Amino acid sequence: MLVGHQPKDFLLAVSGLTVSFDGFKAVNDLSFYVEENEIRVIIGPNGAGKTTVLDLICGKTRATSGSIQFRGQELTRLRENEIVQAGVGRKFQTPSVFEDLTVFENLEISFPRGRTVFGSLTFQRDDTVKRRVEEVAEMIFLKDRLNTYADQLSHGQKQWLEIGMLLIQDPDLLMLDEPVAGMSVSERAKTAELLNRIIKDRSVLVIEHDMKFVEDIAHKVTVLHQGQILSEGTMEHVKNDPKVIEVYLGH
Amino acid sequence: MINSRFFNRSELLGFLALGVLLFLILPLSLDIFRLNLVAKYLTYAFVGIGLVLCWGYGGILSLGQGVFFGLGGYCMAMYLKLEASSVANTKIQSTPGIPDFMDWNQLTSLPFFWKPFHSFPITLLAILLVPAFFALIIGAAMFKRRVGGVYFAIITQAIAAILTILIVGQQGYTGGINGITDLRTLHGWDIRTDHAKFILYFVEVVLLFGCIVAAQFIRLTKLGRILVAMREQEDRVRFSGYSVANFKIFAFCAAAVFAAIGGAMFTLEVGFMSPSFVGIVPSIEMVIYTAVGGRMSIFGAVWGALLVNFAKTSLSESFPQLWLFGLGALFIAVVLAFPNGLSGIWADHVQPRIDRLLASRKSKSAAGMIADGAPAE
Repeated sequence: MLVGHQPKDFLLAVSGLTVSFDGFKAVNDLSFYVEENEIRVIIGPNGAGKTTVLDLICGKTRATSGSIQFRGQELTRLRENEIVQAGVGRKFQTPSVFEDLTVFENLEISFPRGRTVFGSLTFQRDDTVKRRVEEVAEMIFLKDRLNTYADQLSHGQKQWLEIGMLLIQDPDLLMLDEPVAGMSVSERAKTAELLNRIIKDRSVLVIEHDMKFVEDIAHKVTVLHQGQILSEGTMEHVKNDPKVIEVYLGH
Repeated sequence: MINSRFFNRSELLGFLALGVLLFLILPLSLDIFRLNLVAKYLTYAFVGIGLVLCWGYGGILSLGQGVFFGLGGYCMAMYLKLEASSVANTKIQSTPGIPDFMDWNQLTSLPFFWKPFHSFPITLLAILLVPAFFALIIGAAMFKRRVGGVYFAIITQAIAAILTILIVGQQGYTGGINGITDLRTLHGWDIRTDHAKFILYFVEVVLLFGCIVAAQFIRLTKLGRILVAMREQEDRVRFSGYSVANFKIFAFCAAAVFAAIGGAMFTLEVGFMSPSFVGIVPSIEMVIYTAVGGRMSIFGAVWGALLVNFAKTSLSESFPQLWLFGLGALFIAVVLAFPNGLSGIWADHVQPRIDRLLASRKSKSAAGMIADGAPAE
C-alpha cells in the first residue's frame, strides 16, 4: 500500500478516514488514492462500508476523523453543494431524477450556471445550454425523449438520465453507486460503453457488484471489508488474492 | 418544449376569466357592502398565491401564514392609527397625539418602533420588508438546520400562537385583543366611505393581478423548476450544486411578502386589524382555501379563497354552528379525493371534455390538430 508517500498528482487522496455511528465504525482508518483519469471500482460484501465511503466524500455524511483531499482542497469541511462546485459528482444507488420535470429540465437544472437564488431567477435558456443538453442527451441515449416527463422513463433510462445530469455538471471526479443494478443485459452493455466514453477527461469511482461489469471497466479495484481495505490492485491481482476469495468472491 | 410563452392557452383563459369576473361582473352586479366582502375574501387570495409557490411548488407547508398576513396588516394599521390620533383628534386624552389604547394603558409617549409609521413611504416599505425579514430569520434558523416537513409546519404554527399571545399581552403597544381599531384616513383620504371602498376594491384587484404575474414569473424561471425538483428529490438538488436551504428561504420569504400585501389590504378594506387574523385558526384556514382551490395552481388559490369565503359567509349567516364542521369536512374531502383541489378537477375532468368537444368540431373542418392539452397549472 501507498502509506507514507503522497505524490501531488493524485486527484483524490483519502487518508485515515473514520466514521463511527454510535461506536460502530462503518469506515475504519481508510486510506486510498485515485489518480487523474482513473476508473476505480470499489467492491466488497454487504455492509462493508462502500456506500458510506461515497457519502463521506460527497459530504452527505460527516467524517469522525481523517481527511479527504481533492485537488489539494479539504472536502470534509465543505457543504454538499460546495463539494459539487469543487468538481465532485455523485450518482445515488436508486435513480434519483426529478419525475415531475422533463428530461430537458432535469439536465438543465444540472447545468453548472445560475446556482444561486438570484442566478436561477435570471437564468436564460440560451443556445449554450440547449446545445449542451442535446449533446449530453445524445450520449445517454435519450435524444428523442427530451420532452418526456422523467416519470415516463424506464428504470434503465432513469439511471442514464442521472448519469447525464452528472455529465452536464462536468465533474472531475464522478462517483457512481451501482450504476447497472436492475438493468437488462443490453442496457448493461450500453452503460459500460457510456462509462468508457465519459471517463476521458475525468476520474470515476464506481461501486458495483456485477463482476463481469467490473472486469470490463476497472483500471484498479479496491476491496472493502468491515470498513477497511482488504485488497487493492488490478482485477487480476484482486481475483487471486486468497483473502478476497475467502470473504467475498468464493462462496 | 415547455410553454415558451408567459401563459399557456388554459392559463390565459384563466387569467382573462378572472379579470372579467373581478373587474367587470362583480363590481357591476354587487352592492358596495357585498363588493367590500369580496375585497375581504380576496385579501386571502394573496396568501394563497404565496402558499402555491411555497407549499404547492416548494413542498414547504407553513401553518403560520397568518403571522405574515398580520405583520402586513399591523404595519398598515399602525400608519392609519397614527394618522387618526392627531393631537386635535385626541385632545381629551391625558397624553394627546398618541393612539387611544396607549393612553388607556398609561403610556405617555409613542414607543420607538411606532415612530417610523408616521411616514407613508416607510410604511409601504415596512409592509414588504418586515414580514420578509421575519421570514428570513425563521427560514434561516429552520432550513439551514434541515428542519422540514411536519416539524416545520408545527413550528410555524407555534410562531403564530406566540405572536398572538405577544400581541394580546402587550396591549399598551399593540392594542391587545381588540387590535388596532377606529382607523379613518389614508394620507388624508377617508377610507370609510362607499366611494373609497369602491376605489380600494380596484386597487386591490390590480395588486392581486400584479402578484399573480409575479408568481407566474417566478414559476417559469429555473427557480420555479428547482422548487419542484426540491419537493421531489431534495438530495439530488443539493448534489447538483444548489444550496437547498437558500431556495427554501426564498420561497418562504416570497410567500410572506404576498401574505403581507394581503394583510395590508385587509386593514384598508375592513378598517381594523386584530390578533384574531394572526393566530393558528386563521393560518390553517388560509391553507384550506389554497388546498380547496388547488395548491399547484395560482388561479386555483384565488378561486379557492373566493369560493370558500363566500360559502363561509352564506353558511355562517344561516347556520353559524355548522360552518366549522363544514370547513373541516371540506378539507378532508379535498385531501382524500381531490389532492389538487378545484383546479385539479378542472384540469382532469372539465378541460379534457372541452378539448374533445373543440377537437371533434375542428376535425370536421381541418385534420385533427388537437390542442396542446397541458394541465391548467
